[in-house]
Amino acid sequence: MAVKFVRPKIPKFAPDPWAIQFDEKGHLRHLLTIEGLGPQWITRILDTAEGFVSVTDREIKKVPLLRGRTVVNLFFESSTRTRTTFELAAKRLSADVLNLNLATSATKKGESLLDTLRNIEAMQADMFVVRHEQSGAAHFIARHVAPHVSVLNAGDGWHSHPTQALLDAFTIRRHKGDFTPLRVAIVGDIRHSRVARSQMHVLNSLNVGELRVIAPRTLIPTDVEKLGVRVFHDMREGLRDVDVIIMLRLQRERMEAGLLPSEEEFYRLYGLTEEKLAWAKPDAMVMHPGPANRGVEIESSVADGPQSVILEQVSNGIGVRMAVMSLCMSANRGENA
Amino acid sequence: MTQTDRLLPVNEAIERLERQIRAERRDGALVDPLIVGIHTGGVWVADALHRALDCQEPLGRLNITFYRDDFNTLGLHPQVSPSDLAVDVDGRDIILVDDVLFTGRTVRAAMNELFDYGRPRRIALAVLYQRDGRELPICADWAGQELNLGPDEQIHVDGPDPMTARLVSSKES
Repeated sequence: MAVKFVRPKIPKFAPDPWAIQFDEKGHLRHLLTIEGLGPQWITRILDTAEGFVSVTDREIKKVPLLRGRTVVNLFFESSTRTRTTFELAAKRLSADVLNLNLATSATKKGESLLDTLRNIEAMQADMFVVRHEQSGAAHFIARHVAPHVSVLNAGDGWHSHPTQALLDAFTIRRHKGDFTPLRVAIVGDIRHSRVARSQMHVLNSLNVGELRVIAPRTLIPTDVEKLGVRVFHDMREGLRDVDVIIMLRLQRERMEAGLLPSEEEFYRLYGLTEEKLAWAKPDAMVMHPGPANRGVEIESSVADGPQSVILEQVSNGIGVRMAVMSLCMSANRGENA
Repeated sequence: MTQTDRLLPVNEAIERLERQIRAERRDGALVDPLIVGIHTGGVWVADALHRALDCQEPLGRLNITFYRDDFNTLGLHPQVSPSDLAVDVDGRDIILVDDVLFTGRTVRAAMNELFDYGRPRRIALAVLYQRDGRELPICADWAGQELNLGPDEQIHVDGPDPMTARLVSSKES
């Protein structure tokens, strides 16, 4: 039976800064952050993604939905996995894709961000996928694009990486179903992680049973309890009775900044080894947004082990990004939009 | 605006469809057919035919949302459930099933989707009700009932258990 989708009410002059994500009728137009989406939009994105994941199981993995549209990947910061899965998602929707690696191009020649934007708009782009090292970059672009253009945030600074969090939620839902009885632990560099921030918003929106973060004091943001999480500094305590373990990538710069004594020390205390994994529930699933540092935050045999869904997260990322792209491109259209 | 309803016979229409398909199978024109229903109403009809014709292979289900021709004007339709075609369609005879054949656009989208799964030998179309109003050169091979309806008349099929069909006419008064 078709379940009727009830559109959340967005006041026209909403005081919240996330209102920019919606068109005048309250339909999702830009995806900049998880905040403001609410459980209904998140669920609609995950349900739509189910349809697209079934497409990627077929021999011809393409649907004609976005034929004639142009998606531009604007990457001001280098990325392999995120950019290629966005590219593949757009191609599987039959859109044309342009990849601009701006870390090495126009901006280095002194062109302003807005000038770059206007030039690409002049190429009749319909969607920008933006990755930038500064928080708020995608918002800035969304405020300045032409009315028919949608903007997707593919990671901005320490702020947000919404599609990664959505694909994680999608992967958890496929394995565990309902979120309400689940205990989820996010482990590692919470403080510098846009992925962790978005995951906390998604999981809280979906009413997860209990959300934990496990990390040394130096890698926990000061106001993290406000996001509705329990803080642990000890793996044995933090992993007890956990259904889902999300490991985060530890960047080497953190050691240089003096936040951690050494990689070895971090691995000994927080690295997910087979021994530590046994402290969680026996059917706990192991996730990592990638790229994983084997021997720094995760043991190889755990990353490749039977409880790991790391590669499945990558494949699911394509279906989830197809869902976000086609939903955002439905904005400013007729009755379904 | 006034609305009047009239019930349409469902079981008789399904039996008529089944008889026609059986006859064609006896003639050898239909070899070991694979039954594929279009979400949502078409799957209910396909399920009834699948049981009645005693097919061995699982029923296929198509969700044509990603193949519709109205994305530019309407955007993405809300999802039902994903397509599910467990059996290879290459070289196969397929009975594509829908509840109502009206403009023909749904069937066009369904055929396009089928071809993304492979190259069937033959696609035949079975519909519970064939009405007027075609906008594409598409015609059912078998229909449970033929109807000529006015511009403000529509057929509403509900289901799956029990399946009912109503002729709804809404006239400005």
